[in-house]
Amino acid sequence: MNAPDPNPDDAPLLGTHSRRAFLKGFGAITISAAASQTQAVAAELEKLNAEKIVGPGPVPVTLRVNGETLSLSLEPRVTLLDALRNVSTYTGTKEGCDRATCGACTVLLDGAPIYSCQMLAIEAQGHAITTVEGLAQDGKLTPVQKAFAERDATMCGYCTPGFVMAATALLKENPHPTPADVRRACSGNLCRCGTQPRVVEAVLQAAGGAADNGTPGDLHA
Amino acid sequence: MPDPVPAPGALAWPAETRVVGHSTHRIDAEAKVTGRARYASDIQADGWLYGMILRSKWPAARVAAIDLAPALQVPGIVAAVPARDGERTIRFYGEELAAVAGKSKQACLDALRAIRVTATPLPFVVREDDAKADGAAPVWDTAANFIPGTPKEQGSVDAAFGECAAVVEGFYTTPVQIHHPLETHGNTVSWTDDGVTAWASTQGIGSVRDGLAGALQLDQSRVRVVTEYMGGGFGAKFGPGVAGILAAKLSRQAGAPVRLMLTRFDQALAVGNRPSSFQKIRLGALADGTLHAFDFENYGTAGIGAGKASEGGGGGANLPMPYIYKVPNVRTKQAAVAVNAGPASAFRAPANPPASFGMEGAMDDLATKLGVDPVAFRIQNDPNPIRQREYKVGAEKFGWAQKYRRPDPAALALATAGPIRRGVGCAGANWGGGGNKNTGAEVEIHSDGSVEVRLGVQDIGTGTRTVIAVVAAEVFGLAPEQITVRVGDTRFPPGPGSGGSTTCPSVSPAVLDACTNALRQLQTQAGLSDIRDAKGANWAAACRKLGAGTVAARGMWQPGLSSSGAGGVQFAQVAVDTEIGLVTVEKIVAVHDCGRIVNRVTTESQINGGIVMGLGYALYEERVMDPASGVVLNPNFETYKLSGMADVPDIDIVLLDMPERGVIGIGEPATIPTAAAIANAVANALGVRVFSLPITPAKVLAALGKVPSPTPA
Ligand code: FES
Ligand code: FES
Repeated sequence: MNAPDPNPDDAPLLGTHSRRAFLKGFGAITISAAASQTQAVAAELEKLNAEKIVGPGPVPVTLRVNGETLSLSLEPRVTLLDALRNVSTYTGTKEGCDRATCGACTVLLDGAPIYSCQMLAIEAQGHAITTVEGLAQDGKLTPVQKAFAERDATMCGYCTPGFVMAATALLKENPHPTPADVRRACSGNLCRCGTQPRVVEAVLQAAGGAADNGTPGDLHA
Repeated sequence: MPDPVPAPGALAWPAETRVVGHSTHRIDAEAKVTGRARYASDIQADGWLYGMILRSKWPAARVAAIDLAPALQVPGIVAAVPARDGERTIRFYGEELAAVAGKSKQACLDALRAIRVTATPLPFVVREDDAKADGAAPVWDTAANFIPGTPKEQGSVDAAFGECAAVVEGFYTTPVQIHHPLETHGNTVSWTDDGVTAWASTQGIGSVRDGLAGALQLDQSRVRVVTEYMGGGFGAKFGPGVAGILAAKLSRQAGAPVRLMLTRFDQALAVGNRPSSFQKIRLGALADGTLHAFDFENYGTAGIGAGKASEGGGGGANLPMPYIYKVPNVRTKQAAVAVNAGPASAFRAPANPPASFGMEGAMDDLATKLGVDPVAFRIQNDPNPIRQREYKVGAEKFGWAQKYRRPDPAALALATAGPIRRGVGCAGANWGGGGNKNTGAEVEIHSDGSVEVRLGVQDIGTGTRTVIAVVAAEVFGLAPEQITVRVGDTRFPPGPGSGGSTTCPSVSPAVLDACTNALRQLQTQAGLSDIRDAKGANWAAACRKLGAGTVAARGMWQPGLSSSGAGGVQFAQVAVDTEIGLVTVEKIVAVHDCGRIVNRVTTESQINGGIVMGLGYALYEERVMDPASGVVLNPNFETYKLSGMADVPDIDIVLLDMPERGVIGIGEPATIPTAAAIANAVANALGVRVFSLPITPAKVLAALGKVPSPTPA
C-alpha cells in the first residue's frame, strides 16, 4: 500500500533493520546488474545484515505520531499497530485481524496509507505517522470525517477509522475520484456492518461531488 | 402478534412528529470518525495486562495435564490459569485450554508457546455426512451424533402430491457461516475485593453481568458491566463467554485488570456460527397455482452445540418450514448432527436465511414449471397482506415486468452472444421481534436546559443511542444533539439485550414514557404558571425556573407503542460470466416494513447492512473443515471471504412507514431474503439452479456441466 518513494535519496537513515532500506538496496542492485550477479546480491545482503543487529530485547524507538514525538522502549518485533494501541494511547487505530486483511489498522505513513499491523514500529521511525486522532484540527472535522458522519458511513464504527484514513489518502492523491476510484482505494478495508454504500457516498461528498440519490433528504443538524 | 391493547388514555405517539420518522445523524458519529469512541478493545484500565488464550490444536483429545509453570517463568507474565481444572476431554479444534496475562502481547505469545499440555488425541469427525454414518467417532460420549428427527405431518402429504399439477424436488445446502464482527469478542475485566468490573464487547451487558456473577459465584449486584462502544455482534456476543470468565480469573490472580480480546483466528473457531443445512425439498401445486403439498427433510450441524443434552437434536439447526407460505399438506423431519467443531450460536435471524434459500428456490422452480410469473405466484401463496403489497411496490421499482424472462436453457444458449448472462430473482422475509417489557429509562433535566437520558442498553452499531435521542427530542421539542444519551452500563435502568430485532421496540416506548413523565414533572416542579407548554421555544425559560433543582424521572416500556412482525421482500439482478463462473450482483431493490420508523437514515443503514451480509452468505462465506486433520482451514479473512467494497451492488431501499403499527425492529428481516433472491437470479440467468451456497464459480461451472461438481454428493 505504501506509495513508491519519490525521493529515495531523502530517506532518513534508519539503521539496517529497516525493510525499506533493505528493499531499496535490493532494488538498486537489480537495476545495476541486469544480467548476472546473484552473487552480488548475496554480497550486498551480507553487508546489509552485518551492520547492526537489534533485539530481541527492548530497544529505544522514537515515533513521530500526529506531530508529537513518542519515545518508547520496544522489542523489535512489536508492530506499529501494537505500539500505537497498546504501548501508547492511540486506540483510534483499530485491530481487526493483525494480518493485513481488514484495513482497520490503516494509518498514514508520510501521507500514504499503510496497514500498521504489517510494519514494525522500528521501521516506522523517521516517518511522519498520522492516525485518525490526528486528522481533525482544533476540533474541526476534516471534509472526509464530516461526510462520513453526515452520510451515516459508520455503524458500529470499528472499521471507520481505517476507511477514513484510506479515503483521506485517496482525496489527497485524487481530489475528484469516481465511485470506482473510491471502491478501489477502500478495497483493502472490510466492514461487517455493511457501510460500503454509504462510504462511497461519503467520499464523493467529501470530494465536493453532487449528492446522488439515496440521500437522506431531511437530516437534522 | 400485536402487543396487549393499551388502556384508554394511555401513552401514545404524537399524531404529528417533528423528529421521529425523519433522519437524524448518528449522535455518536463524531466520536467514531475521530477515533475518540472507546471500544471494549480500547480500554486501558490502570495497570492493565494483556491476556491471551491457548487453544487446542487437536479436534478431539483427552487432556491429562496442563503445566503452566513454564509460562509463569516468561519475563513479563503475571498470571496463568487453566480453562478447566483436572482431566478433561477436548471436543473441537480451538477449544480453550488455558490463558495467560502479561505486560505485553509478545510476552503472552511466548508464554502460550511455553505451556506444556499432555494429551492423547481421540478420533474425531468434522463433516455432517461422516458424523451421521454408522461407526462414526462419537462427538459426545453420552449421546449419538445424530438421531433422525420425528416426522411431523399436517394434512395428508402423500395423497396431496398425487393431486398436484406440478411438483419440483431439490437438495439444497447451506454452509456454516461465521459472524466475524470486526471487533473480536473480548473484555477487560478487573476483579478486586469490591467486585468485578467488565468492559465488554457485548450485545447484552445484563447477560455478561449475570454470566460472570454465576461463574464467579458473586452477587449480581457486585458485577458492573460497561459497554460504551462495541464493534459489532450479529448474535454471537451474549454472556461473558469462556474468554470473559478467564479474563476475570486472570485479573484475580494478577491483582490487575486484564484485557483479553480474541484474535481473528480465535473468532473463527470457538465463539459461534450459523449451522449448516442439508434440505431435501419436494413442493407441489395445483393447476391453478395454489401450493398444495410440501415434504421436507433437513439436517445441519451446530458443531458440539448439537448432541449433548438434546440427544442428537438442538443447536438451532431446525428450520421454520415451509417458511412464509401457506401449504395445506406439510411433512417435515429435521435434526441436528454433532461434529467436532465450535458450537453454533444465534446469528442474525437464526434459521431464517437458510429456510428462505431452500423454500424460495423451490418456489421459483415451481413457478417455472407451472409457467407462471414468480412474483404473481408468491402473491398468490403468501398470506401476508403487507408482503403482498411489498411485492407490488418492489416489482414496480425494480422493473420486474421488463426484466423477467422465463428461463429456458436452450433459448438462453442461442440468444446470448457473449459469455455474460443476466437474471433476476426475488424472495420474501418474515421476522417476529417485538419489545421487551422490562425495559426502563431515566431522565434528568437540569436548570441550564441540558438533558440526560440513561438506559442500560448497548449500541451495537444499529444506532440505539440516536434512537433514544430522537424520541427524547420529540417529547421535549428539542434537537437530538441537545440530548445527552448514556448507555452501556449495568448501573442504568435495565435495557434489553440487542438481539432478535428487539432493541428499538424496547427502548423507544421506555424513553417516551420516561420523557413524558419528566416533562410533566418539570411543569409542576418549576411552578410554571406562566408557561403553559415547557417544550421547544419555552424550554430554556422553563428549565431556568428549576433553580437549584433537577427533574429526575423514570419510565418503563408501555404497551401500544411497539409491535412485532416485520416483513420485507428483495429483488436481485445478477450477471453471470459463464466462462469463469463468476457471479456479480448488479442491483438489489429492498422493500421493508418495520411499523413506525424512528430514525430513517439508520434504519436504511441497517437494511444496507443486512443486504451486504446476505450477499456474503450467497456468494462467498463458508467455514471449511479439513476431514483429515479436523481443523478449520479458513479461520481468517484472507480465506474466509466477506463482501468487499467492489462486491457491493447498487441498493435501492423502499421503506413502508406504518406508524399505526408501532415501532418494530429491522435488523434481522433485512438479511433474510438476500441470498435467496440472488440464488434465484442466478438460476434465472443460467436456466439451471445452483443448489448450494455459497454460489462459487466452481459450482456455477458445474451446474452448466463444464466441470465436475465440487460439492460432495
Ligand atoms: S489489523 Fe491490520 S489489516 Fe487488519
Ligand atoms: S461499521 Fe461495523 S464494521 Fe464497519
